[in-house]
Amino acid sequence: MTQTAPHATGAFTDDPDAPEYSAYGGDWSEIADEAARLGQQRIVVNMGPQHPSTHGVLRVMLEIEGETVTETRAGIGYLHTGIEKNMEYRTWTQGVTFCTRMDYVASMSQELVYCLGVEKLLGITDDVPERANVLRVLMAELTRIGSHLVAVGTGGNEMGATTVMTTAFIAREDTFRVIEMISGLRTNNAYIRPGGVAQDAPEGAVKAIREMIPKVKQKLDELVDLQLANPIFKGRLKGVANLDLAGCMALGVTGPILRSAGLPYDLRKSEPYCGYETYDFQVPTSTDGDAYSRVVLRLEECYESLKIVAQCADRLEASEGEPVMVADKKIAWPAQLSVGSDGQGNSLDHIRHIMGESMEALIHHFKLVTEGFKVPAGQVYSAIEGPKGLLGVHLVSDGGTKPWRAHFRDPGFNNLQALGILTEGGQVADVVVAIATIDMVLGGVDR
Amino acid sequence: MSDSQDLTGTGAPQGGPQPGDRDQITLINVRQGQFGAQGDTSGFDGLVRPVQMPGASERPYGEWFDGVVDVLEELLGDDAAAAIEHVVVDRGELTLRIAREHLIAVAQHLRDDQDLRFEMCLGVSGVHYPADAGRELHAVYPMQSITHNRRLRLEVAVSEADPHVPSIVSVYPMNNWHERETWDFFGIVFDGHPSLARIEMPDDWVGHPQRKDYPLGGIPVEYKGAEIPSPDNRRQYR
Repeated sequence: MTQTAPHATGAFTDDPDAPEYSAYGGDWSEIADEAARLGQQRIVVNMGPQHPSTHGVLRVMLEIEGETVTETRAGIGYLHTGIEKNMEYRTWTQGVTFCTRMDYVASMSQELVYCLGVEKLLGITDDVPERANVLRVLMAELTRIGSHLVAVGTGGNEMGATTVMTTAFIAREDTFRVIEMISGLRTNNAYIRPGGVAQDAPEGAVKAIREMIPKVKQKLDELVDLQLANPIFKGRLKGVANLDLAGCMALGVTGPILRSAGLPYDLRKSEPYCGYETYDFQVPTSTDGDAYSRVVLRLEECYESLKIVAQCADRLEASEGEPVMVADKKIAWPAQLSVGSDGQGNSLDHIRHIMGESMEALIHHFKLVTEGFKVPAGQVYSAIEGPKGLLGVHLVSDGGTKPWRAHFRDPGFNNLQALGILTEGGQVADVVVAIATIDMVLGGVDR
Repeated sequence: MSDSQDLTGTGAPQGGPQPGDRDQITLINVRQGQFGAQGDTSGFDGLVRPVQMPGASERPYGEWFDGVVDVLEELLGDDAAAAIEHVVVDRGELTLRIAREHLIAVAQHLRDDQDLRFEMCLGVSGVHYPADAGRELHAVYPMQSITHNRRLRLEVAVSEADPHVPSIVSVYPMNNWHERETWDFFGIVFDGHPSLARIEMPDDWVGHPQRKDYPLGGIPVEYKGAEIPSPDNRRQYR
């Protein structure tokens, strides 16, 4: 294997025939004898499923010769929780609380794609109010920033750069403060609901968003300064985990990995949803197709997302007081949430209305919350640009109040198939970089 | 195109309900009663409602759909009528119901022809329709064209008795894991797959968990003296 760029994990000597032994503990002469006796026999190493560098519970089976990986297999399924099966036993609205827990780093992207699918089945896509769409875009972009920061941060941590991780997580926490203020929860929000969003942004949300933007930008600048010109960082990432456009297309890889190979494919541009066509933003691309370019792209995308977030703040300000849920009372979730002295709960105004003023309102609330709404029979596919790539959902309804089938195409599940081509022929240490650059979350991969 | 055509070639019993006079594409479910538990006092127990997928569409299909179907029919030549069983346009989406013997040829054309150019197959989603006698298991392939910015759906139906579908991994390598997942969860055998092993469930798992006759599992929970049944056994609206 020839390397064009200087590389931090290469062998000490250029001689490819030089034997190389690493061992922890034991008598060196015995280890050397043992190695000589085994000769060129291949070694299979299990990395994971509890390895800290595998982004959760991923098992990587490596066949190695010295420090060189000759074959890689990924074993998944350790985090399979039957979310798709469970969704078949809950109402369409409750489905949101399940799918948000799949890829727990990009919760709201999944809520969004699921709700867009349900709305398509219901035929109410165009009835979703403008303000709800703004809030959805806001949440999707904050989620994207959070997801990319985790990708970059944990990627840095796995290479030994703890500061990269802490800086990224501080910035992510800033996005969480806004998300928590609006949805009530940091992650697993169940905020985006069929027909709109669970509740309107509270007072002061626009101010909080505007205060958050420079804070996150500063941390992004720090991450850029810390990493992109750093010789060790470049040594570890440049020319590592290469995947060209042909490889991406063969393996169906989407998201930052596809864009790092030169194809500016982004569903926010090619099939705009929630009014993305009205926002001003760029889709960064590269032609290097290596791990380094993907870090650059993820950071650039964060800056672009912040631009969208700023535009969302302006629109939220302009649309103050407008509805955030479809007008159809047969679909719209009846209750609004509010923050009381004992924390968040159902709005007291709503409780007073159903318990004290209107029996019909109580019946309506009860029917909609326990029974749910019926969705006409049929099937749809809906797809959005998740942080990690094309996130799709196939929904089938039997005309009832529960999904007949909900199947998610998690981009991480698909992209993880590329692990072999990204790692084979490289160094063992680069496997960690390759896993980080795929940026899958095993909760989403296994569902 | 006859709707009573045997889609599987296995002669699986065509029992079960065959209601309705519309062109039956897929019998999604036969819903009985109004509630999850039998023997309730509501009087809805005797209610039987078959639920169908939206039926086959007539030309013109609208949008770009006609053009794609035309090109595909031309490329398939004499096999076109046998390969494309139904064309359904519903909610702005095009679904092509494909006979399994022709699936690979259809996939090959969809990928390679410059007027079709569906570069990506976004996986395969299994669906189990136990009421749809003789074609209980469906494999649904969403196809994405980046060049033309289009998406369509291929659907292949097979019976539980003969759950074989040819693998399209030779055409779309990206479908490797997706087919393994659908085998794992639905027991659809993708013939020609390079290594059709379970992917999510343990290798020695018995059964295919996402089939409708596979229980959700779960145990009753006692809460303040009352016993709450597991989610799949609760009395609930359907």
